[in-house]
This record gives sequence, C-alpha cells and structure tokens, in this order.
Amino acid sequence: MGYDAKFKVWRGDDEKGELRDFTVEVNEGEVVLDIIHRLQATQAPDLAVRWNCKAGKCGSCSAEINGKPRLLCMTRMSVFEEGETVTVTPLRAFPVIRDLVTDVSYNYEKAREIPSFTPHENLEPGEYRMQQVDVERSQEFRKCIECFLCQNTCHVVRDHEDNKKSFAGPRFLMRIAELEMHPLDVGERTDAAQDEHGLGYCNITKCCTEVCPEGIKITDNALIPMKERVADRKYDPLVWLGNKLFRR
Amino acid sequence: MTSVERHPYDVVVIGAGGAGLRAVIEARQRGLSVAVVCKSLFGKAHTVMAEGGCAASMGNANSNDNWQVHFRDTMRGGKFLNNWRMAELHAREAPDRVWELETYGALFDRTADGRISQRNFGGHTYPRLAHVGDRTGLELIRTMQQKIVSLQQEDFKEHGDYEAKIKVFAECTITELIKDGDRIAGAFGYWRESGRFVLFETPAVVLATGGIGKSFKVTSNSWEYTGDGHALAMRAGASLINMEFVQFHPTGMVWPPSVKGILVTEGVRGDGGVLKNSEGKRFMFDYVPEVFKGQYAETEEEADRWYTDPDNNRRTPDLLPRDEVARAINAEVKAGRGSPHGGVFLDIASRMPAEEIKRRLPSMYHQFKELADVDITAEPMEVGPTCHYVMGGIEVDPDTAQSSVPGLFAAGECSGGMHGSNRLGGNSLSDLLVFGRRAGLGAASYVEGLADRPAVPESDVDSAAKAAVAPFDEPKDADASENPYTLHSDLQQSMNDLVGIIRKAEEIEQALAKLEEIKARVPNVTVEGHRQFNPGWHLALDLRNMLLVSECVAKAALRRTESRGGHTRDDHPQLDSLWRNRLLECRAEGEDAAVVAKEQIPMRQDLFELFEYSELAKYYSEDELAGHPGGEA
Amino acid sequence: MTTGINAPTRARISARTLRTDRWWLPPLLTVLGLGTFVIYATFRAFMGDHYWVNDYHYLTPFYSPCLSDSCAPGSAHFGAWFGELPGWIPLGFVALPFLLGFRLTCYYYRKAYYRSVWQSPPACAVAEPHKSYSGETKLPLIVQNAHRYFFYAALVVSVINTYDAILAFHSPDGFGFGLGNIVLTGNVIMLWAYTLSCHSCRHIAGGRLKHFSKHPVRYWFWTKVSALNTRHMQLAWVTLGTLMLTDLYVWLVASGAISDLRFI
Repeated sequence: MGYDAKFKVWRGDDEKGELRDFTVEVNEGEVVLDIIHRLQATQAPDLAVRWNCKAGKCGSCSAEINGKPRLLCMTRMSVFEEGETVTVTPLRAFPVIRDLVTDVSYNYEKAREIPSFTPHENLEPGEYRMQQVDVERSQEFRKCIECFLCQNTCHVVRDHEDNKKSFAGPRFLMRIAELEMHPLDVGERTDAAQDEHGLGYCNITKCCTEVCPEGIKITDNALIPMKERVADRKYDPLVWLGNKLFRR
Repeated sequence: MTSVERHPYDVVVIGAGGAGLRAVIEARQRGLSVAVVCKSLFGKAHTVMAEGGCAASMGNANSNDNWQVHFRDTMRGGKFLNNWRMAELHAREAPDRVWELETYGALFDRTADGRISQRNFGGHTYPRLAHVGDRTGLELIRTMQQKIVSLQQEDFKEHGDYEAKIKVFAECTITELIKDGDRIAGAFGYWRESGRFVLFETPAVVLATGGIGKSFKVTSNSWEYTGDGHALAMRAGASLINMEFVQFHPTGMVWPPSVKGILVTEGVRGDGGVLKNSEGKRFMFDYVPEVFKGQYAETEEEADRWYTDPDNNRRTPDLLPRDEVARAINAEVKAGRGSPHGGVFLDIASRMPAEEIKRRLPSMYHQFKELADVDITAEPMEVGPTCHYVMGGIEVDPDTAQSSVPGLFAAGECSGGMHGSNRLGGNSLSDLLVFGRRAGLGAASYVEGLADRPAVPESDVDSAAKAAVAPFDEPKDADASENPYTLHSDLQQSMNDLVGIIRKAEEIEQALAKLEEIKARVPNVTVEGHRQFNPGWHLALDLRNMLLVSECVAKAALRRTESRGGHTRDDHPQLDSLWRNRLLECRAEGEDAAVVAKEQIPMRQDLFELFEYSELAKYYSEDELAGHPGGEA
Repeated sequence: MTTGINAPTRARISARTLRTDRWWLPPLLTVLGLGTFVIYATFRAFMGDHYWVNDYHYLTPFYSPCLSDSCAPGSAHFGAWFGELPGWIPLGFVALPFLLGFRLTCYYYRKAYYRSVWQSPPACAVAEPHKSYSGETKLPLIVQNAHRYFFYAALVVSVINTYDAILAFHSPDGFGFGLGNIVLTGNVIMLWAYTLSCHSCRHIAGGRLKHFSKHPVRYWFWTKVSALNTRHMQLAWVTLGTLMLTDLYVWLVASGAISDLRFI
C-alpha cells in the first residue's frame, strides 16, 4: 500500500529560493496536496501553500508539478511511478510570495478592466427569458473556477512580462466571449477585445485549453469565435469600406 | 509596539461567500463604504462547493408552488424548531433574490419556455431549486463577484478609483472584534501573506464566515470553516443558538481515504439516483419516520412513477430530509449491509443513459473519475454521511440580522435559527441571498442612524496584537511544546467520534473532557518560522475558535435530551414536544462556553394556521395547540 | 534574460522547463510531417509531368484546375484560359495559392507551426526562445485574420476537386471504375470534411449568431460543423496524407510504373 516518495519542493521567497528534497510517505488514493499537507504536519510546518476545497471546485491550489501547471488537489499520486521524483514549484508566470504561493493580483486587475454585463434596458427582474440552447455557450465559460492555470501557462505573459499591460489573458478574453454570447447582453465588445484586451496577441497555441482542469474548450469555443467576430468587424473589406464611406 | 495599518470603513463584511458578497452589494448600493475581508482569495469561498441549487418558490416547474408551501417545507424540515419569522422572510423573498441575480448576469438552466428551470430536492414538495448543472454555488459566487466588479467600475467612473467604495481585503484574517463600550468599533486581524497587522475602524461588522465543519474529521467543509464568526461573536458578547444541530450530509465520498467526506450532491437523488445496500435493496423505504408517514411513496414502482408524474404519485423516500437519510445510511452500515469501504451504494448508472448523467451531473462525473477512478455512468458510487453544515449560529433579529451586540450583524451559515434543527438542501443558497441582503440593509441603517462614531480603544488593539503573536513564544517547558497540526487532528477525531452523527451522554462527557485537555495544551503550541504566509501560525490562531465553538456544540448536545433533526441521541431516541420550543443559547465566559435554555416566541397566528392541526399535533404539545382552529372541531 | 520566467519577481528557477515528459516530441513530429509534405508538394507542383491519366481521366489535385495550353490533352476540362506557361510556373497555379493560404491561415496549422517551426511556445510551460512577442497584432501575422476568404476559395476548389473525381469514373469505353476512383473519391470526401470543419466555417454557419433559438436551421448546421470541428486537427493531417497519396497514385499510374486496378 504505502511507500516513501521522493519530492522536490521549491522553497523560498521573492529574493531567493531553491528546490528542496523531501522523502515522504504516500498512501493509496492520495493526491499531491495530501503529500504537501503531510510535509506541513511532519517536516515543514511553515511550508506555504494555498488551498481551499480540495475537491477541484475552488481553483486555489494551482501550482506546477513536474513542470506542468496543475491543481495540487486533482493530481493523483498514482500517475507517478513509485521511484519517480515529483517536483512541485509555484506558478512561474506570477510574482512569488513564498514557497508555493504566488501573487495572482494581475488576474484581479484584468477582471476589473472587462466591462460588466449590460442587460437590455426596460428588462425587469423576473422578466428574463432565455432558451437553453442560447445560454449553453456562455454556461460553458462560466464553469471556470478561476484557478488561473491558463493565465499562468499562456506564453504571451509567461514568457514576456511586458505583455501583461496589454493582454488580458485567456481567462478574461473568455469572459468577454461569455458576455458577447450572453443572449441578453447588449454591450459592444469585439473592438475592445482586439484593441484594449489584446486578443491579437493570442496565437491559438492552445496551452490554455490543455491545462484547463474544467476541460473548457477555451481556444475553440471562446478565443477563435472572438477572433472571427473581430474579423467580422475589423478585417472584412466590405465592412471596412462601408465604415470609410459612411463614417459609421 | 508593532505597527498596525488602519482602514476606516462604514461597514466591514467578514467573509466573502454568498452572504458576505450580497451584504456588500446592498451596503454599497446604500452609498456606504464597505470593506470585505476574506481568508482566501476573492471568489474561492466555500459557497462554490454548493452544488444542487437555490430554493425559491418561483413556480416555474410546478405552478402550485408558492411561498407558503416553501415556508411549510422549511418548518417541517427543521422539525418546527426554526425561527418562524426567518423562515417566513426567507420563503417570501427568495424568488426576488434569484431573479435579481439574473440582472447581475447569472445564467441558470432554463425551462422550455425560457424561464429558470427548477429541480427536485429532499424535503421540497415541488421542484424548486434554481440550478446550473451541479455547480450552482459557483454561479452564485461568480455572479456576485462580478456584480461587485461592476459596482467598482461605476465608482471608478465617478471617483477615478476602483476601490473608492468597495475594497476587497483578500487573504486577511480577523482575530478579534473591538468594541467601544457595548457597541462594535472595529475589527483586528492580520494579512496572511505578510503577517502584518491590520485594524478596521468601523461602526458595523457583518459576520458571514460560514460554518464549523473543520472541527470534525470527516467533513465536506474546507479549511476556512473554523467557526471564526461564531467565536468572534461570542467573544464580543453575542450569543449562539441551536449549536447542537449539526447536519451530516448523507452522501459524502467514502473512498479513497484522502477524499473521504467530499460532497456528492443531493442532485444525484433529485435526478433519479437511488440508495441501495450491499444486498441491492433500496432500503430507504424501511426508514420513513412516523412524522412523514403518508407523504412518501411506499413501493419502488410508485417512487419511479413520481419522477415523471409527481401530481399522482408520492415522492421517493430517497429524498427524505437529510437527517433522516444520514441516519438510515448509518444504520445500514452498522447492520453490516454497507459497501466495501463503509458506506452504501448510490446508483444512477442503472437509471439513466450515460450521456444524460454527464450532462446533468458533470462535476460529479468528473469528481469520481478524477479522485476515485469510478465511472458513475457505469457503476454505483459509494457514499456515507459527512459533516456538512451547522444549523446553529449567532442569534440575530430576523428583519435586520443584528445580533444582541449593537453594530454586529450576521448572515448565512454563521447565523442561527432559520433552519431549526435541520436544513433542507437548497435552502442555504437562498438563505445567503435573503439574509445577506438584509444584513447589508441592517448594517447600513444602523450606520446611518448613528449620532456619533465609536472609537477604538488602543489598549484593545495592543492586546489583540499580543494574542496574535503568542504562538511564536516558546513555552516555559520546551519539552511541552505542541504542534498545532497534532492538536487540530486530536480535536477533529474527538468531535467526530464522540459528538458525531449519533450521540450518547457519556461520550459527549468524554468529548468535553478531551476538549478541556486540548484547551490546556493550546498555550504550549509553538510555531516555527516567521509571520510571512505561515500556515502553522494561521492554524494555531484558528484552533482557539474551533475549541470554543466545539465546546458549545458538545455542551448543547449534552443538554438536549431528545432526538431532533441534526441532533440524534442514542440514549434519548424520541422527538420530545416539550423540547420543541426550547432553544439552547451559548455564550462565552472567558475562554469557556456556557449554555442556558430559553423559550422561543410562538408562531404568528396566520402562519400557524398554514398547517393542518393533525401535522402540528406530531410536534407540538397540547397546550401550544390550543389556539389552532383545527383543534376545536 | 530578465523577462518571462526569469523576471525578477518570479520564483528563482533557472530551468527553462521542469517538464519530465518528452515535450519536444510533438513539435519534432510536426516539423517532420509538415516538412515532408512541403518538399513533396513543391517537387510535384513544379514537375509538370505525370499528373493526368488520360485513359481513366485521373487528374491529381495538385494540378486542378489545369487552365492553360501547357496542360496535357484532356486535362484542361474547364478550358484553356491561358496560353503556354513557362516551366517555372506550376500548372495548378490558379488554385495552389489559395489552398496554400487556406492551410497557412488555418487555426490548426497556425498552432502547429507556431509551436514547432517558430517555437512560440514549443510546448506548454516550456519557455520560448524569443525576446519579444507581439502575436498576431501587426503585419505580417495580422493577415491571419483573412482566413475566411481563403475558406471561401477552398470551397470553390473543393467543388472543382469533386467534379474531377466524378469525371474520373471513366474508361476508354465510357463508364469506368478502378482503384484510382476510390483514392480520388476518398481524398475528396476528406477534403470536404477538412474544409467544412474549419473554424471560420463554424462561425459563418451559425457561430456568429447571438440567438440560436431564432435560427433553428443555422443552429442545426452549427452543431454539425461543431462536431466536425472537434476533429479539425485530425482532418488537417489526414488530408495532407490523402493529398500526397492521391498524387502519388496518379503519378505512378500516369508514368506507367504501376497499372490501375480496374473493377469495371
């Protein structure tokens, strides 16, 4: 049943840090977060880790395991060989605070820049009528648990700090798509998606979709449809000509 | 002296779950400045775990539904111990609160005519739960989070600062409430990230901190659920009620060990899943209690017909209120008819096509697949009871949500009374919305009515700061030094084993002795490292709250010599009508908890008459029934 | 480098990636796959021979439509619109740029070559080697937004390929049916599947609508295209294969290296 596993866990702060070796007991059915908790309880009581529901629903325990962005609570130990060393590091796209905890405030700032839901005027509470087929696209995006793994993996900001200013990241471009497809939203969002929130930076290399623990098809269902809507408005020569001629 | 950053606000909301966020929205819409303080990141609160739905008698799925029916169901579910005024307000206002969410951008599942779809749930007469698949809580919290963002955007337009009116203090823990005389004057805490101290200078505090589940070993609750609001209120002089009533959700995962306790939504049963024992028998038909006889199907055939024809058949006993189902599962396992890992089977695989299961219960499918390697579309789940919700909490005025301490308000799970002895599934999300809003309103009105602002006494700030760093001090006897994780697990084990789902006087007494012992060890807790994001330190501070609240639970449980709802005494197995009207109130005396009994205000006549005499006779004493018109006939 | 994962605020980890799997394998296979096709297609496009089997009317898709006087007798079944072409112009020059453009701007191929050829990024959570990055925000890559026009052109070419495949049911005596027909028809079916599974097609079919419920027919199309769209990557590779296979088959039969297996 149980065995001793080798772990490398990054410990440090914003000035220095290193991968530190641990040997720790593993039992049947456990996930990586269980092991981190065992380290806290037995070997490293001040090991900082963010977690909450431990059921893959809150998106708090995002980290990188063997270099892959994942939720600690949804990564079962059984996916590793018994002799394999498991490396756990903080997210590498955000400033580190301590150990496995990073400063994810970038995401909250971006969230604030996306214009909110704008319903039809004259629509009173209780009068909303929407068909299931019309809400399903946006509902898929609302499954998002805001673990920010997609934001962390996206090379646009992961590999280029300076792009953080002009790029909202997959999670918030998906938020724009969600509102754009909301049956009762009247906001005009496509131009801003391209001009203010950096949709053009996305080169659809799909890492956001690959790491999404909720299995949301971010690229195919949100980002590409948004790019097509942008093309409708900005890169369609007929529309462009019409805009030039009539200065709409 | 250590430095303390100070923030003046009109209202400080502690807790950023459903109730807290709804309070923030309301107070801000009244024009006040609001701080919302939460232990986790913004948007991670335990509300995201709510799966099944939000109960509101909108009547979209069955037009016979109305607030009176919802009120009756709620009172029945709570075995008539509920604060009837809260139950009334809740039933009346829930539909408006749900519709309001749509104006914030929520996207519930729809009926064919485009309205909000409603699903069946335990104890609800009609399909009543507005839902989004099985992730309704996430929808609620995200919707309100986004509403707050939209209010911040309005403030940005007006003041050039997103945080002009609402500021989120995420990963910040409040350790003490501070009073000026008998009124609230502030709240003291620390940033988890840096360990720096922070003081909120505020005349009004809304507690929305959720439950106490982390005092139990097998629980569906997250680490945040350490009863902070309960304990803060007690130490500030407020009282708790109904603390003996702890809901064990009948269906938590039982295997593998590391996920034991994680919730399996009641929606599985609402949508057609059934409970079976190791003999393959649907045992719930044997466990319909006397008070519910005649209201539930008596054969499997009738129960199965009910899903499609609810008007002419009675519902399946798989959907009895949670306390009944949890006890039934417990009894089956004790009788040796349990599943291999000590639960029972919950079968939906044989009841509907695989695609349908994945569509209706996507996160359950995902959860079992990922965590237990079980495909719920092909095999049954193994489930067993898990500590889920505390019905007890801070005693508040139903209309304003104010506690007995001026300026201290509470809403959501940390408040008490609304659910009586047992909460119906789906009633917590609606509770959050209804009383979150009322707490926001109550706090706003209180602040607007103040003649002068309370002042924070410096000495209280100093002592709060001192208490907060105490765990770093080495105990006098270095060998006695205690690890906070060990103490926590001792506490969880005792509460789970001795004050759990089935209770006995001598076991509760053992638990109380154990609590005393742990309490004596707490001063020896020593924390390694420094104050920056140190989970050992955080746990050491939370332990104090868990102990105080656990003591309330145990003492009240010992005192109540009957079985009702979320409180089952093996040595007093009957419902006792003399206990129906009696509430157990818990207050802090220093670091100890003291429990006294008191009477509840009788139900208003028009509400009383909503019930049949014959039903009330099962719960009420004869004297209490004298005023009911049905009795004279 | 002080940007990206080595930016001063981030966790001090020097490794470009800590991934332990063979993350470099997919980009490598992509380069090999794309490279093979490009080399083969270029060679064949400029070869100017063995593209038409007159007995059975087999025309390789690389030369369709053949619209000049240089085309082998019988292969220009839409007529000769152009005179003799110099040897350095491929005979399929009318359609090839559009087909190339359709695949170059395809959302799947973009992912494939950005990841493999351009290494931006080579794999998820593996740092890319470039100092700066502006994505598809400016020229030349902003042109990727023109994908839908290449899609329209590809539709036309698919119709032409379909016509070619139908004409190929031929033998010197009239109707005929051989292994080549199966190859050509199979290729055309896969080309249609790839073309219709395109993301722009999905948008045009119904994705751009706000209310599916008000447009039931387009919603129906959208669900079908969406179902195909989930296989867009597979179809992209399968059609590279069928294109090469079809061309190779025509080449071999036309050059007399093999003879077509005839059923009728």
